[in-house]
Amino acid sequence: MPTRRQFIKVGIAGAALLAAARYLDRPLAATADAYRVLDDNAAKIVRALVPVVLAGSLPDEEAARAHIVSEVLAAFDRAVSGLAPAIQEELAQLFSFLHFAPSRLAFTGLWTPLDEAPPADVKAFLTRWRHSRFDLQRQSYEALTQLIQASWYDNPSSWKAIGYPGPPAVAQRP
Amino acid sequence: MIKDPIKEGLAAGWAVIDAATLERDLEIEADVAIIGSGAGGGVTAEILAQAGLKVAIIEEGPLASSTDFRMREREAYPQLYQESAGRQTLDKSITILQGRCVGGGTTINWTSSFRTPPRTLGYWKNSLGLNSMDEAELAPWFQRMEERLAIAPWPVAPNENNDLLRRGCEKLGIASGAIQRNVKGCWNLGYCGMGCPTNAKQSMLVTTIPAALERGATLVHRARVARLVLARDRVVAVEANGIKGNGATPSSHRVRVRAKHFVLAAGAIGSPGVLLRSNAPDPSLTLGKRTFLHPTVISAGVMAQKVEGFFGAPQTIYSDHFLDSQALDGPAGYKLESAPTHPILVGITLPGFGEEHARWMAQFPHVQVTIALLRDGFHADSPGGRVMLRSDGSAVLDYAVTPYLWEGARRAYLTMAQIQFAAGARTVMPMHENARGTNSWREARAEIEGLPLRALATRVMSAHVMGGCAMGREPRSSVVDESGCHHQLGNLSVHDASLFPTSIAANPQLSIYAVCARLATGLAKSLRPA
Repeated sequence: MPTRRQFIKVGIAGAALLAAARYLDRPLAATADAYRVLDDNAAKIVRALVPVVLAGSLPDEEAARAHIVSEVLAAFDRAVSGLAPAIQEELAQLFSFLHFAPSRLAFTGLWTPLDEAPPADVKAFLTRWRHSRFDLQRQSYEALTQLIQASWYDNPSSWKAIGYPGPPAVAQRP
Repeated sequence: MIKDPIKEGLAAGWAVIDAATLERDLEIEADVAIIGSGAGGGVTAEILAQAGLKVAIIEEGPLASSTDFRMREREAYPQLYQESAGRQTLDKSITILQGRCVGGGTTINWTSSFRTPPRTLGYWKNSLGLNSMDEAELAPWFQRMEERLAIAPWPVAPNENNDLLRRGCEKLGIASGAIQRNVKGCWNLGYCGMGCPTNAKQSMLVTTIPAALERGATLVHRARVARLVLARDRVVAVEANGIKGNGATPSSHRVRVRAKHFVLAAGAIGSPGVLLRSNAPDPSLTLGKRTFLHPTVISAGVMAQKVEGFFGAPQTIYSDHFLDSQALDGPAGYKLESAPTHPILVGITLPGFGEEHARWMAQFPHVQVTIALLRDGFHADSPGGRVMLRSDGSAVLDYAVTPYLWEGARRAYLTMAQIQFAAGARTVMPMHENARGTNSWREARAEIEGLPLRALATRVMSAHVMGGCAMGREPRSSVVDESGCHHQLGNLSVHDASLFPTSIAANPQLSIYAVCARLATGLAKSLRPA
């Protein structure tokens, strides 16, 4: 997630692109009805990332899979809404920058929007970010993958495959 | 059925105000206003209320209690932790687990209780001139708080996650010990980090805060302090805003507390943050600086047998061998402990994504987690971090892990792998983006020696934030004096982990309790001369 200090590291051109992404992208975006903080563009991007970040964990059957992806997306939105406002703003910048074609091309190598890109291409850019020499890309990789992983493993549907029985029953006074 | 002492107290008429639901601004008068209800604020509130002073406690987080503690990460993290347990340092390379609820960190900590190590106290006294930090003089204060909070040896066998650390150390001839815990009638569930559902943990939430409320103290929760109102060398009032449902944003109503004395106990990011926002005098330029974290690196050992580190008291075994065997001014030492395994915590700590990540998660019940807490702040090459304000006024910690600490982290990874293999691990995985995991100590050594230890590749966590309002004899090099009073603001004290001039080199809760009990007792005397 970009901060002024990291702008310097990705270079002035990167900073200019980010600023442009934010400026040009923002007026179109409003919080989507179904979500607390994500706008439509951000939700589309997360929806495209989820099957790649959670590959090997999601159900194969189409309807069950779509249902889980929607649940993860809703949990992602809840998780972001609990972060500090300054961090929420940085994430909003990151989503603008992934949505705006010039900045997306520069930093992910993807010309096609994320929600139209083949999963292999999404996996490839996340892998590049994971081992990037730029802090900004490693930060973005960690933020997106960890938020999606947290959003999945808070879901009891994920527990059976990992052998987690859930918390024990403790009788409490209502 | 489990009693909920908070619900009972509220029904009995405690003075508790939820600032998130205020319909108008609120004005309160008190003898002492305490900002924060964690280890420092809780102990201080009880002692001052018992001395007959009118106390008002202002807490940023909600008043949640055992009825709310349902042992689910998805509920506990947003409810009870700063930034939903996603607080990070400025460059996002260190995740900080910090409480934000009534009881603060004590409501969500893992109950590990250690007296301040004698070497830490010796360094403060002999190298930093803090004569009051004398082991013998502090001993009765440790004893008093141990009795108050039922801190004692834990009579139950460690869970497998902890016992593997013990057995691995034993095989290698490394000394380990049992951790004392602040619990009464603990059910050994393993969910301390999500709030104790049985009220066994003797946190501030069920001990000192209720005691203060019984004595007529007022608690305002879900109120985030904006600033102290200063007039020359005095604090006149503290101003806070109610916060909205998710805790991230302020509501429009304000709480203003006027008092004779103010105690800052908002933790080592919160307290410097309040002073910075208030433009408090800082002639020594030390405010918010030398902030320490015990930067913690993590190693997962996959065992043949089930470990199920989600069940059972989370931390019961430790080793100080790699602290004790290092000189304070030598290479970085580290304390070894276990950490509980819960799905979100493990899910976000394991490196990678997709199938690679899913394969590790499939081993979840077999994973043993060992952590190494690096001792920071004693060596010139470990100066700590700096608390600063973002443009919106929120506090953030800038902390760079120095090459000195990375060198310690590498030795810690080696130690942890060696212990995990000695305990029978089939595979050991350092929590690092470049690690692939290995099946023998020989391979592990080669992998760890080749890891690029750098920010945002190495998983670094912290649950212990210390320093930033350092105690010292000299106003030119510290923020508060040995009585905890601010050098420039006469009616302001700091009672929390931000007082410490270095890290503690042990889980800090008992250090905070004992030091603050002593400071609060002194403060009560000065405010109520006999």
